[in-house]
Amino acid sequence: MGETDITQLWVYLSTKPLTGLTITLVAYSIGFWLYQKTDRNPVCNPVVIAIALIALLLESTGTPYATYFEGAQFVHFLLGPATVALAVPLFRQMETLKRALPVIIFGVLFGSLVASVSTVVLAWVLGASPETLASLAPKSVTTPVAMGIADEIGGVPALTAVCVIATGIVGATLGPMVMNLARLKDWRARGFAMGVAAHGIGTARAFQVNETAGAFSGLAMGLNTLATALTLPFLWHWFFG
Amino acid sequence: MIAAFALILVCQLFGEVISELFDLPVPGPVIGLGLLFIGLIVKRRPPRVLTDAADNLLIHFSLLFVPAGVGVVTQLDRLRGDWLPITAALIFSTLLAMVLTALLMSKLLPKPKASVSEGEAK
Repeated sequence: MGETDITQLWVYLSTKPLTGLTITLVAYSIGFWLYQKTDRNPVCNPVVIAIALIALLLESTGTPYATYFEGAQFVHFLLGPATVALAVPLFRQMETLKRALPVIIFGVLFGSLVASVSTVVLAWVLGASPETLASLAPKSVTTPVAMGIADEIGGVPALTAVCVIATGIVGATLGPMVMNLARLKDWRARGFAMGVAAHGIGTARAFQVNETAGAFSGLAMGLNTLATALTLPFLWHWFFG
Repeated sequence: MIAAFALILVCQLFGEVISELFDLPVPGPVIGLGLLFIGLIVKRRPPRVLTDAADNLLIHFSLLFVPAGVGVVTQLDRLRGDWLPITAALIFSTLLAMVLTALLMSKLLPKPKASVSEGEAK
């Protein structure tokens, strides 16, 4: 097969939804395999590897993101039902929830505020454009919700998606090291903080390290989603009119 | 299994409808999460098929972020323009929120029975 044949074959294949879907699953499997191979080194995050591989492929073949998304949307769609499904691990924490509800609500509101206020202030001081500020503000909540909030306050949902995922990756890779430095040993507090600051990617990571941390992370993530979705748009309109 | 997935989708659908109808800033899936959670509290013992379906959806939760993350290729210009504030906010704010929340919660949560013993401190 000559070079042009391969190019033509790619042009044909890239328009099929099957291709985008297959690439997504294969890239993630490669990422997950590497993660396992490196003894679950947080730096080898399967999401980072998958995104990097696919982005490289799209850039090097000149395939538009929209074409890729025709297939990838089937995976993306599941974010909605998966968000609903978080009710189940949340329900499993019912005992803790009942025992420490005021503390938990306070912790979530605190973490949500620190995350969004410090983000906006820091990015503003460093000269970010208004659209970038609004896109960054909800970066600690899970992607579909963050994109909705960004849209609401004048951000760019696509940029928000990128920032949210980068936040999750930073939290999942550097977070445990920083919490070790701070001598934090309570798995519940560590997991909780992971869920508040680094949403689903942090929660996935927390589950892999410790079951208790994972459950608290899922709990904090679910509540933070609610807390941020309820408070951030109002705060934003209040401050910026 | 299908019934469980249908229930999850029904919750999401009702969530979307409520969000749209009352023009709420809260996205549909989050309201759906709330609806399912209320349902679980009322039912007390969630059916096994439902918990299995939910667990299956959540095992590879991070995979579901890949398609949106690849969207980075559409934002390269904006990222180039605002790379410093974006990078600084991503790293500094995320870690600040995490450490402060962890410190606060380790002080406030009721004393654990045994939380240091399990898992490795990685």
